[in-house]
Amino acid sequence: MARGYRYFEAIEKRAAILGFGIAIMASLGGLAEITPLFVHASTVRAPADIKPYDPLRLAGKDIYVREGCYLCHTQMIRALRAETERYGHYSVAEESVYDRPQLWGSKRTGPDLARVGGKYSDEWQRLHLLDPRKVVPQSNMPAYPWLEHEPIDASDIMARMRTLRTLGDGYSDADIAAAPEALQGKTALDALVAYLQGMGTHLPASYTAAAGGNGDQP
Amino acid sequence: MQTNETYDDHVIRLFLMAASIWGIVGMTIGTYAGAQLAWPALNFDIPWLTFSRLRPDHTFGVIFAFGGSALIGTCYYVIQRTGHTRLAFPRLANLTFWGWQLACVLTMITVPLGYTQSKEYAEAEWPIDLLITVVWVAIGVVFFGTLARRRIQHIYVAAWYYGAFIIAVGLLHVVNNLVVPVSLTKSYPIYSGVVDAMVQWWYGHNAVAFFLTAGFLGMMYYFVPRQAQQPLWSYRFSIVNFWALISVYMWAGSHHLMYSALPDWVQGVGMVFSLVLLMPSWGSAANGLFTFNGSWQRVKNDPAAKFMVLALVFYAASTFEGSMMAIKTVNALSHDTDWTIAHVHSGSIGWVAMITIGSLYAMAPRVLGREAMHSHGAMEAHFWLHTTGVLLYVLSMWAAGVTEGLMWRATNPDGSLVYPFIDSLMTIRPLYVVRALGGVFMVTGMLCMAWNLWHTAADARRSPVRPVPVPEPAHDSPVAAAAAG
Repeated sequence: MARGYRYFEAIEKRAAILGFGIAIMASLGGLAEITPLFVHASTVRAPADIKPYDPLRLAGKDIYVREGCYLCHTQMIRALRAETERYGHYSVAEESVYDRPQLWGSKRTGPDLARVGGKYSDEWQRLHLLDPRKVVPQSNMPAYPWLEHEPIDASDIMARMRTLRTLGDGYSDADIAAAPEALQGKTALDALVAYLQGMGTHLPASYTAAAGGNGDQP
Repeated sequence: MQTNETYDDHVIRLFLMAASIWGIVGMTIGTYAGAQLAWPALNFDIPWLTFSRLRPDHTFGVIFAFGGSALIGTCYYVIQRTGHTRLAFPRLANLTFWGWQLACVLTMITVPLGYTQSKEYAEAEWPIDLLITVVWVAIGVVFFGTLARRRIQHIYVAAWYYGAFIIAVGLLHVVNNLVVPVSLTKSYPIYSGVVDAMVQWWYGHNAVAFFLTAGFLGMMYYFVPRQAQQPLWSYRFSIVNFWALISVYMWAGSHHLMYSALPDWVQGVGMVFSLVLLMPSWGSAANGLFTFNGSWQRVKNDPAAKFMVLALVFYAASTFEGSMMAIKTVNALSHDTDWTIAHVHSGSIGWVAMITIGSLYAMAPRVLGREAMHSHGAMEAHFWLHTTGVLLYVLSMWAAGVTEGLMWRATNPDGSLVYPFIDSLMTIRPLYVVRALGGVFMVTGMLCMAWNLWHTAADARRSPVRPVPVPEPAHDSPVAAAAAG
C-alpha cells in the first residue's frame, strides 16, 4: 500500500483515535452553522410589536402542536413570487422568536398558515375544524370534533408561562396572574381558533413598506 | 484453531425478533395513515387514530423501532465477527435490548396520545429522551468495550460506520432535545424560531446521515462481501468515502430550509455541501455493487443478495436525487410537496429497508443454528412484493410532488395564480390511493418475512442454539477477516 496509508492504519488499529476522529469530524458542520446563529440571536431583540403569546393563544399553539397540524401545514412563506402571491408577505425571522419550537413545517398537504390570521371568520374556522368537509367539500383534512368540549386548564397554562419566562419570554407576574380570567370557560377549540386568527398579523413595520402579494388567494 | 470462547448471539436473536415485529407495526401504521389522506373518514373521529397524530408514530416506528433494532442487533453481530471476540458486558447488552424496546413502546403509545415535542423524528417527550440517552450510552459501552477486547487489531470498515452511528447519534440526540420541562408530559425547547429550525434540521438531516446512512452502511460493508463471498471491491476507497461522508453530511442540514427565514449564507453552505455529498455517497454505493463483480450469478439465486443489490441501486438513486433537490432552484419546486415524501421513501424503503431485510436474511440462519432460511420461496415472494410496493409508492409520490409544485407556481399572463390550492389536492388524490396500495404490498412482504423467521427459529425454540465458537484469528487483515467472518 502507498505510504500515506500508514497514517490511516494508525487510526484503524486504535479504537480511541478512531472514536475521537469521528467525534471531531462530525462536530465541525454543526458548530460552523449553529454557533453564528446563536450569537446573532442573542444580539437581536424582538421588535416591540411582537409580543409573547397571550394565555389563550399559547394554549391554542400547544394544541396545534399536540394535534400535529404542522405535519400538513407549513408556517413559512418562502421568498418566491408564487408564494407571496398566494399567501402574502414572505415570513421573516422576527415573527417566530416566541415559537418554541418553531412550527415552520416541511409539507403542505394543506395550504401554508403563516398568514391565515383574519382570512376567515371565527365561525368558519370553528366549522372547518369540527368538520372540514362542511365548508370545503373536497378537503381531505381530518375532523377534530373532540376539541369542542375540551376545557382549558388554567393552572397548566400558568405553569407553561412560568417555564417560558425562565427561557427569557417577557411575561410579567401580572400577565400570568391574569391567565385564569382570560381562559375562563374557554375550550380547546376557542384556543386553537384564537391562535389561528393571530397568525401572521404582526409583521414588523420595517417590512410592510416592501411590496408583496396581497395573499387573497384561497 | 479455535479459542475457548463462543459468540454471544442471544441478544442478537432478540433484536432480530424485535426488528421483524416493529417492521410490520411501523409499516402498517404508515399504510393506514397514508390511506387517510385518500379517505379522511378512516380516522373515525378518534383522536389517536388521526393522521396528524399517527404520522410521527409511523416515522418513529420504522426508523427507530424497526431500523434501530436491526442496527443494534447487526452491530453486535458484526463487531463480534470482525473482531473475533465475544461481546463485552453481555448482561448490559441484554439490558440495552430491553431498554430500547421500552423506549420504543413508550414513544409509540405516548405520541398518538398527543404527548409530543413536535420536532420531526424526535417527537418523544423528555422522560423518554432521557431513557434513550441512558440506553444509548450503554450501547456505546458495549460497542467500544467489545472493540477493546478484539483479537484482530485492525478495525474493519463496517465497525467504523457503526462507531460513527453511535457517537454522532448520541451527540445529535442530546443537543436537539435540550428542553425545559413544564410537567412530565410537556416541555419547551431552549431554542426558538430560526435557531430552533436550524437545530431541528441539523438533527433531522443528520439522523438521516448517521442513523439511516452510516449505520446501514456498516451493515452493507459487512453483509455484502459476506453474501457475495468475496472481499470488498476496494478497501482504500472505503477509507476515503468514510471520512468524506461523516465530515460533509453535518454541513448539509440547512438545505431543508431553502428560501426560508434562515440567513442566506447558511442556505448556500448547505447547498454546496449537499452537492459535495454526492461523491462519498456514490463511492459507497459503487464499492458495494462492484463487490458483486465476478459473483453476479449469486444474485440470481439468492434473495438476500437481490435485496442488497437493489438496496445499493436505491441508495445511489436517492442520494443523487437528494443532492439535486438541494439545488435552490430545484428545491423551489420540490419543497413542501410529496416529492420530498417520494425521496425519503426511496431512501428508506428502497435503501434502508432493503439492506436491512437482505442482512437479516443473511444473519438469521447463522444466529438460529440453521443452514438456511426455512423457505426460499417466501424470500423470493418478499423480494417481489417489496419491490412492487416501493415502485408503486415512489412513482406515485414523484408524480404527485411534481404536479403540486407546478400547479402551485402556475401563473396567468397577468401574474395572478392559475389554481386555488384545493385544485392541486384534487388532482393528486388518486395517487394517494396508489401509494396506500404500495404500502399494502410492503406490509404483506414483511408478514412473509415474519412467517419465515418464525419457522426458521423452530429448532431454536425447542432446544438451545449451539453457540458458535470464536475462531483464533490466523491473520490481521481486515479484508480477509471480513470474508472469513
